Amino acid sequence: MTTDSIKWFGYSSPQTFFPLAGRIARICAVLAVVFGVAGLYTGLFVAPTDATQGEVYRVIFIHVPAAWMSMFLYVVMAFWAAVGLSFNTRLSFLMARALAPTGALFTFIALWTGSLWGKPTWGTWWVWDARLTSELILLFLYFGFIALQASIDERRRADRAGAVLAIVGVVNIPIIYYSVKWWNTLHQGASVSFTKAPSMAATMFTGMILMALCFWMYSIAVALTRVRCEIAENP
Amino acid sequence: MSRHAFYIWGAYGVTFVLLALEVYMLLKRKRETKT
Repeated sequence: MTTDSIKWFGYSSPQTFFPLAGRIARICAVLAVVFGVAGLYTGLFVAPTDATQGEVYRVIFIHVPAAWMSMFLYVVMAFWAAVGLSFNTRLSFLMARALAPTGALFTFIALWTGSLWGKPTWGTWWVWDARLTSELILLFLYFGFIALQASIDERRRADRAGAVLAIVGVVNIPIIYYSVKWWNTLHQGASVSFTKAPSMAATMFTGMILMALCFWMYSIAVALTRVRCEIAENP
Repeated sequence: MSRHAFYIWGAYGVTFVLLALEVYMLLKRKRETKT
């Protein structure tokens, strides 16, 4: 084992990780502001008006990045929960615990902005189609994870119970992602995928990516700050 | 934008209020932890 790998394992200790988390959180907070300002400027002032939807399509710059983050944060939360369950590492459980509120927040934002986009374009605030329903189930999974941990007094048991729920719930992520392919839904298909070029103007795509980077950096900054609070409260 | 202003600003406004609220609550918790 090299000296470098020992150093990395050293960061799995909450006390060693505490100052590192503070440094990373500060950098990510600054990057979130930079990407956010650039993304909002591009989305609201540079990107052209959509030919069919008009101005209301600008909700996309919040809605799509928030929906991506809602799924991504759940996968990361389940990953840390699985690591914690496998190796019984306290920091892994702390990471999972810290990600849940932000994941729930982005899921709510995705649903809220989707509803506000749906009304003028579909003529309804809500439909029980596969994409919307599976995203709502994701919100309930986040709430379930938070509530389950809060309801068990003994910390270790709460962490393990939450971890099992997080891991089981991860099955919902591919269902959300592929719901528009597997079922007939009112929700449109993916505008961006790993296999195809984006089906939108370059400036629209740039604005969306900048906002996604903003939300990503924001999530890291907030989650790491929450981990630091958890460590400080339960040394 | 006027025809759809309610939907656009409703989306942006609520998003930023919620994010700001999360940051505020976290910073408050951080301050309380230190004291």
